[in-house]
Amino acid sequence: MAIRSFLILFILFFFSSLNPILSLYEDQVGLVDWHQQYLGKVKQAVFHTHKTGRKRVVVSTEENVVALLDLRQGEIFWRHVLGSNDVIDGIDIALGKYVITLSSGGSILRAWNLPDGQMVWESSLRGPKHSKSLLLVPTNLKIEKDNIVIIFSNGRLNAVSCIDGEVLWEKDFEGESLEVQQVIQPPGSNLIYVVGFASSSLFEMYQINALNGELLKHESAAFSGGFLGEVSPVFSETVVALDSTGLILLTVSFQNGISFQQTPISNLVKDSFGPAKIIPSSVTGIFAIKMNAVTIVIRVTDENKLEVVEKTNHETSISDALPVSEGQQAFALVQRAGPEIHLRVKLAHNWDDNLLKESVKMDQHRGLVHKIYINNYIRTDKSYGFRALIVMEDHSLLLLQQGEIVWSREDGLASIIDVTTSELPVERDGVSVAKVEHNLFEWLKGHMLKLKGTLMLASPQDIAAIQSMRLKNSEKSKMTRDHNGFRKLLIVLTRAGKLFALHTGDGHIVWSYLLQSLQKSKVCQHPIGLNLYKWQVPHHHAMDENPSVLVIGKCGPSSDAPGALSFVDTYTGKELSSLSLVHSVAQVIPLPYTDSTEQRLHLLIDADKHAHLYPKTPEAISIFERELSNIYWYSVEDDNGIIKGHALRGKCTGEVADEVCFDTRELWSIVFPSESEKIIATVTRKLNEVVHTQAKVIADQEVMYKYISRNLLFVATVALKGSGEIGSVTPEESWLVAYLIDTVTGRILHRVTHHGSQGPVHAVFSENWVVYHYFNLKAHRYEMSVIEIYDQSRADNKDVWKLVLGKHNLTSPISLYSRPDVITKSQSYFFTHSVKTIAVTSTTKGITSKQLLIGTIGDQVLALDKRFLDPRRTVNPTQAEKEEGIIPLTDSLPIIPQSYVTHALRVEGLRGIITVPAKLESTTLVFAHGVDLFFTQLAPSRTYDSLTDDFNYALLLITIVALVAAISLTWTLSERKELQENWR
Amino acid sequence: MAPIARLLLLALLSTALTISSGSGDGYTINGRVKIPQGLGTKGFALPGKTSNVKVILNGGQIVTYLRPDGYFSFQNIPAGTHLIEVAAIGYFFSPVRVDVSARNPGKVQAALTENRRGLSELVLEPLRDEQYYEIREPFSIMSVVKSPMGLMVGFMLVVVFLMPKLVENMDPEEMRRAQEEMRNQGVPSLASLLPGGGRN
Repeated sequence: MAIRSFLILFILFFFSSLNPILSLYEDQVGLVDWHQQYLGKVKQAVFHTHKTGRKRVVVSTEENVVALLDLRQGEIFWRHVLGSNDVIDGIDIALGKYVITLSSGGSILRAWNLPDGQMVWESSLRGPKHSKSLLLVPTNLKIEKDNIVIIFSNGRLNAVSCIDGEVLWEKDFEGESLEVQQVIQPPGSNLIYVVGFASSSLFEMYQINALNGELLKHESAAFSGGFLGEVSPVFSETVVALDSTGLILLTVSFQNGISFQQTPISNLVKDSFGPAKIIPSSVTGIFAIKMNAVTIVIRVTDENKLEVVEKTNHETSISDALPVSEGQQAFALVQRAGPEIHLRVKLAHNWDDNLLKESVKMDQHRGLVHKIYINNYIRTDKSYGFRALIVMEDHSLLLLQQGEIVWSREDGLASIIDVTTSELPVERDGVSVAKVEHNLFEWLKGHMLKLKGTLMLASPQDIAAIQSMRLKNSEKSKMTRDHNGFRKLLIVLTRAGKLFALHTGDGHIVWSYLLQSLQKSKVCQHPIGLNLYKWQVPHHHAMDENPSVLVIGKCGPSSDAPGALSFVDTYTGKELSSLSLVHSVAQVIPLPYTDSTEQRLHLLIDADKHAHLYPKTPEAISIFERELSNIYWYSVEDDNGIIKGHALRGKCTGEVADEVCFDTRELWSIVFPSESEKIIATVTRKLNEVVHTQAKVIADQEVMYKYISRNLLFVATVALKGSGEIGSVTPEESWLVAYLIDTVTGRILHRVTHHGSQGPVHAVFSENWVVYHYFNLKAHRYEMSVIEIYDQSRADNKDVWKLVLGKHNLTSPISLYSRPDVITKSQSYFFTHSVKTIAVTSTTKGITSKQLLIGTIGDQVLALDKRFLDPRRTVNPTQAEKEEGIIPLTDSLPIIPQSYVTHALRVEGLRGIITVPAKLESTTLVFAHGVDLFFTQLAPSRTYDSLTDDFNYALLLITIVALVAAISLTWTLSERKELQENWR
Repeated sequence: MAPIARLLLLALLSTALTISSGSGDGYTINGRVKIPQGLGTKGFALPGKTSNVKVILNGGQIVTYLRPDGYFSFQNIPAGTHLIEVAAIGYFFSPVRVDVSARNPGKVQAALTENRRGLSELVLEPLRDEQYYEIREPFSIMSVVKSPMGLMVGFMLVVVFLMPKLVENMDPEEMRRAQEEMRNQGVPSLASLLPGGGRN
């Protein structure tokens, strides 16, 4: 074993000294990596189909994406991911060629060229106060031949030219408490109505000339009952609102003075269920209200009479109005009923007839229909056909046409909360496996083609054939475990509460499951998914069990909201069981113990500092009680600037009588001075990280011992003033302090202050080192620092005689309570880019050298060798240090374009990078997620333990054949020669 | 055409005055990203389309895009020292430090942070283009020879063609003696090959 690892080390050193750069040839793209593009949950969709040519749809999403999609296949033509705080308020199409987006709370208006997504203009809108943002693109309203866009935002009404984004006129609505609800433009007129509430009981109406912003009329009327929530425009001069109790509907007409007409909801429906909510719709004469789970669609007649046309217990979505011929409007209603969804398209003035009625089979795991957008087309027989774009509860986007799903996009994958991995089933007899290699001839033919490729003799057709052959490699998407551990399942939890299993080979979805525990229900209005843990990893004595994951969620954003657990089998994708907890979930600690069925013990800490053990079995409790005194954890309260250490005390006392509940005690606490230090980052080692050796042999045959402890915590604090954005503080007022804290004893092992620096801090902790990225205000550049921590208490073990005589302390027990004798080394370097996230590669045995994976602001992932961040780097390394692999010190870290693991791709909206070891020691699997997903395999020291995919077996065969031929040839030649010699 | 010209004029005016005081509480930073033609076109998979270029202020505080002519602007910026980064696939841009001073608005103070070069106006150009892929070496005899298989073949050739020559050049008497020895011993044993072993 030792020899083998020595050999590996040797080979590793040999290869790493050869070429430190990881690189990729262009034709290798897609061999081991895949990239998927998503959008996020669609917030708004606008069709662009009225011209002949390509049918397209513009969408804006909750991930701040604006994109143009092909209506035929759902492909992305172009897409822009706006900044993280640039939330899109509204989109529309103007002039038939510009996409208009209003974002950042109504303060940024942009126009994008529809065909190619190029930004045409951008204007910034400001106003006196914060308000609702409304975007209105009137169809035929022109000021001096200029089409305009009407925007109400921040308490100001603006008319902006479509062509260059210039503000043509503006009008402030500064009334103290005025809350504008709607901006209505009656079709075909030059008037704009601005309606809203003031001081909660006043209805205000402003009539404005759209051509110059002149105020034509201002009326207000008081309604003693007050108003609640939104208003829904039903006619161009009539809106519907609710009174403050939510029990009475008000029809407000403001054509000739403001008149209110009250209709108690109990008059409309016999059994009313408490306060209602208006669902705004743009359909003339129709609106809907919702009371608890009941949706009621109400029609407003010409005399402002209300009548209920539908009352249903199903969740109903109503589309916006779609103008069809001769001033008629069509709209769609969609409901889910069991395995089907029912879609109806009606004309606004004719409720009783359906233009279209369809039922579409829908996967149960897509949940309810959240939104619907409709568009019409003219069939060959001149009648209207409708297509509907629907957004489901799992955030997927589907196009329905003629009762069928034309295409679907899994856009829930744009908002991943947590990722874990699972092994695939072991290949056994009976497990069906795709045909591997068809026959020897084809195999040889393939390799001959490859050989041609390497010899550069291949024709373009051959190259295409080679490329498709490599990409199609059936091996990589097989559904069984492979020898090298490259094939795994990535289990991801999305914000919609859906669990997906992605195959690492090609990224296809193996299964998906909509977790009922994370869906909106009567008990839980706002469920939130939190984390994903490996619950059961069958290993030795539970091989027949399927692996499973634990999904932890909670009900609502508050810290004392009750938690929810669910256990999902990763082979079948079925929920095994689910639990609604009575306690909250503040922290989850996966413990390093498993029970006899390989279920991992998890400790859930609630907001009252009680610990709850899962699984709730007597066996787990007995295992846990044995280890009770060895369990420590810490908690960080960033608001108060306190870090606390905790341990367990014993079974819960008091009113909570529960076998698996334990009381905790506080061991230590570190309080940072609130006026000078604010915690901005904490990072600790990954629990499952493997370290090969504690010893590090340095030049001159010296040995250093890494201080390896699972209980080290890196904390970064900044001065209160420096916690804002870059540029808001001067170097003198800002500093950054980095700490290394032992989380069992609360001892601060190391503390370093960087004067004139500020956050944001991104850090990664591995083995005995931590690397962190921050901003240096003095140089006005980003910096990265490394701290390595070494154990000095073993430094005297270098003496061989001591080892021989047994006078070493290698066998003495290590306790965190004894004062550790450590030294730290650190160094800082400049780094060019802003960073979104940092990760580090991890391998099975921890032998392979490490690379940092840096997610840059440009949404690329850069692999940087850890050797560049070695505190022992000097300007002029000695010969011995050079042999050890120490790189001469430079002031900044190099950015080598070939070492971008995402090569020429972007992982838009990058949020996280996850590394998973493969079975092969040299290789690590990397998964980067954001709005896009990207997966690849990395070999930080090259694949020294296996042949690469490019290895040419044909060349090897040919060489052997040639050698054999040469041997036999020379043999016969020499025989003949000998014979002739003998004859002579 | 006229509105575009107006836009251009507006943009040109604004570069002359890179930082202008805005109407409200902040300032406006105007600038331009210039990607030279011809750079980064060779062997590059995705041509650097200007529609995919992002301009980022202070590490993500504000993200904006380029207009067709390459101009961009950040509005409502407080006085202070800011950092502008350009994210464009295929190009390496240095971040730029921009000082927005409250005292004398309109004064341009911008410098590339990578090489500390000052900029007289806010025109950002890539320092270099980025090649993300290794370039395949064209086929050469040397690469085949250098590969392990090539070395094997080379060794074989040496044995086949040079060894007989060596044998020929040997002293005929020595040759005969060697042949005799071979005949005496029959199959050469491992011991005879070891130094000192073949002596007896």
